[in-house]
Amino acid sequence: MEISVKSVQEVRVVELAGELTSKSAPDAQRRILEEAQAGGRMILDMSRVSFITSAGYRVLLVVYRAVTGKGGRAVLVGLTEDIKDTLRIIGFLDFFTHHDTLEAGVADLNSRGAS
Amino acid sequence: MIDMDRVDVYPTHEYAGYRLRPGRAFPFGATFVPGGANFSVYSSHATACTLVLFEQGQHDPLVEIPFPDSFRIGNVFAMTVFDLDYENLEYGYRLTGPFDPTTGHRFDPSKVLLDPYAKAVTGRDVWGTPPDWERPGPYRGRLVFEDFDWDGDRPLETPIEDLIIYEMHVRGFTRHSSSGVKFPGTFAGIREKIPYLKELGVNCVELLPIYEFDEFDNSRPNPQTGELLLNYWGYSTVGYFAPKAGYAATGKLAMQVDELKALVKDLHRNGIEVLLDVVFNHTAEGNERGPTFSFRGLDNKTYYMLTPEGYYFNFSGTGNTLNCNHPVVRSLVRDCLRYWVTEYHIDGFRFDLASVLGRDPLGYPLANPPLLESLAFDPVLGRCKLIAEAWDAGGLYQVGSFPGYGRWAEWNGKYRDCVRRFLKGDAGTVGEMAQRLQGSPDLYGRRSSTASVNFVTCHDGFTLADLVSYNGKHNEANGEENRDGTNDNFSWNCGHEGPTDDPAVNRLRRRQVKNAVALLLVSQGVPMLLMGDEVGHSQRGNNNAYCQDNELSWLNWDLRKANADVFRFFRHCVAFRKAHPVLRDRSSVHHPDGDGAVVSWHGTRAWHADWSHDARTLAFMIAGGSYRNRAGRADTIYVAINAHWQPHTFELPTPAGGGRWHVFANTAMDPPEDVWPVGGEVPLANPGRLLVGDRSVIILVGKQ
Repeated sequence: MEISVKSVQEVRVVELAGELTSKSAPDAQRRILEEAQAGGRMILDMSRVSFITSAGYRVLLVVYRAVTGKGGRAVLVGLTEDIKDTLRIIGFLDFFTHHDTLEAGVADLNSRGAS
Repeated sequence: MIDMDRVDVYPTHEYAGYRLRPGRAFPFGATFVPGGANFSVYSSHATACTLVLFEQGQHDPLVEIPFPDSFRIGNVFAMTVFDLDYENLEYGYRLTGPFDPTTGHRFDPSKVLLDPYAKAVTGRDVWGTPPDWERPGPYRGRLVFEDFDWDGDRPLETPIEDLIIYEMHVRGFTRHSSSGVKFPGTFAGIREKIPYLKELGVNCVELLPIYEFDEFDNSRPNPQTGELLLNYWGYSTVGYFAPKAGYAATGKLAMQVDELKALVKDLHRNGIEVLLDVVFNHTAEGNERGPTFSFRGLDNKTYYMLTPEGYYFNFSGTGNTLNCNHPVVRSLVRDCLRYWVTEYHIDGFRFDLASVLGRDPLGYPLANPPLLESLAFDPVLGRCKLIAEAWDAGGLYQVGSFPGYGRWAEWNGKYRDCVRRFLKGDAGTVGEMAQRLQGSPDLYGRRSSTASVNFVTCHDGFTLADLVSYNGKHNEANGEENRDGTNDNFSWNCGHEGPTDDPAVNRLRRRQVKNAVALLLVSQGVPMLLMGDEVGHSQRGNNNAYCQDNELSWLNWDLRKANADVFRFFRHCVAFRKAHPVLRDRSSVHHPDGDGAVVSWHGTRAWHADWSHDARTLAFMIAGGSYRNRAGRADTIYVAINAHWQPHTFELPTPAGGGRWHVFANTAMDPPEDVWPVGGEVPLANPGRLLVGDRSVIILVGKQ
């Protein structure tokens, strides 16, 4: 799994690429949490993630809890249909906001961040 | 917080490159411990045990690690294995010990056995996918993370008298193409249909078995069509701690645990409890000719009731009988139920053939069965519902006498039979009918009507539509020449066997369906509806559809339109029960001195019920001691039942709470005048007399 980080309008964007499985999950979790700043806004760009296993889904929820625990917000963008379905079925979409595109995710975070 | 390293994160042993240390005996099963996984399994007669690890989906084992003898504590083999890729791991055990059936031992080290405490099971991950019959360890355990985010949810603890149970099959509910859900036949599918359950108004679902079972157990072709018959109902447990993977849309990702928890959480959020139908009377291993995949190879003598010759007692009618009152098995059952309450937030359990749970290891019924007592007083189970199917296949019939310790409720089979016989017009049923309507005080008088789960139909037997369409069962499609299934249906086809175009017959059938649900929902006790009855689902006369994974069993959602008036009638009856607490009195209604509701019996003459043998009319008024209507007066309901083939005029009593009578339901009327919304009941034109049509029920409510 490849992980790259950039900033778009003061939002940390973590772009994941490849498969998020038990093999890649521990490292991915560590890398993502390094980017979670107190009160910060984060986007996980999943558009190049092809497959997620249960360990990978668990990483997403841990990230969500860590980010919101620090008073920040995390948004998912670019979910495939399959991944979105699984997230919904296992109840994770109760927690996450998600958008189709990075632009929509950034706009969401910035609009709510300003209010 | 001090971040201390634990001493036990360091291995002490090594085998074939795997680092080990002596494990913990408790808890049983495979659990995460710092740095690794702990494997613990009981056998009192094995001489050796080997842990068999597989990479997920692979045919052959990754490694087999014998438990060093120093790792055994008492009769428990326990080992911690470090650095496992838990997500890609499956496990099982090989046990060595005597094979000597006459002394009860049937060890077979050629088999890879399933851990009875496995929290997830692989092997039947996607429903109906033909399995690899040759694979070692047909069912294998998996490690499960137990960190679901419940977000504050817990079991609802709805008072049992307020429950309206909907008995349903997970797959059958949404498998039909008409369901319109994205993942038909799954836990996720049910979640999409929660709005339907809410519209119907039920506040509890009872799921047919969802513990891992094998749908290919005893699979065979349908003699009429050649289609494969499967174990659709699932009353043959493979793993008691594992949800059925094939019921999860995410089963192929091994995420069935999370999917089921998300369903329970969502149902709870909508005020709907979840009861599980659990099968502790037998397992899927069958008798001595059945497969060995778990208990038989782990410790046959502990887990099964054996005859003195070492054969299997068959009180379950399925080949074997779990040895429920053996102390080790008692612990297994208790651990299992506690697990489902704490981990899955399950609200209660219905125990299949529960009388088996009151038998001793030789099959004799116990006066004080330790298992039933310990469950009744268990701290964790303290507020969940415990419901017994209070009979078994060995001839024990305990409806009204099940050892309940004030906790256990019962499926009231006598309620079912009596209502059926009364409604079809049998003589000699009026007296018993009065008992059934008021919560069966003849059976539960010393307890409460809440011990009585009332039902007219359940998964086992005719659907309600078939109950009024067939005199006899039609089970040819099950492949046993119509020998299977009960003959005691107390059904009546209303004049023609099976479907007909005769409008008079069809009208009568519809009326009988409405009569049944009307009586069920004004009876004291806990009502249970069968999935599909609310839209007139038929199984074409099959009263034992356990093997029919097809449109015979699946709920056809198009019926919702075709039988809209039936659905509407059900919905309003459910709402009526909810609106009138006097119908849900947990005290004993038959005691006029008590502070509960008071019931009085009537007939065609007010205050004079006809209890004679040939009577087929009965009426009752129920007025609630402490139950008040909106005007602050005693909530009063009157129900007139005419099971006779002629209309009769009933003389009405004055409403006990004052006001005048209003009609809530009259099954003789065509829709929409057969039932009125709660609050929209229409005043009775003639307050003193009531014409009750042939085979009809009228329900009145006293209002200003």
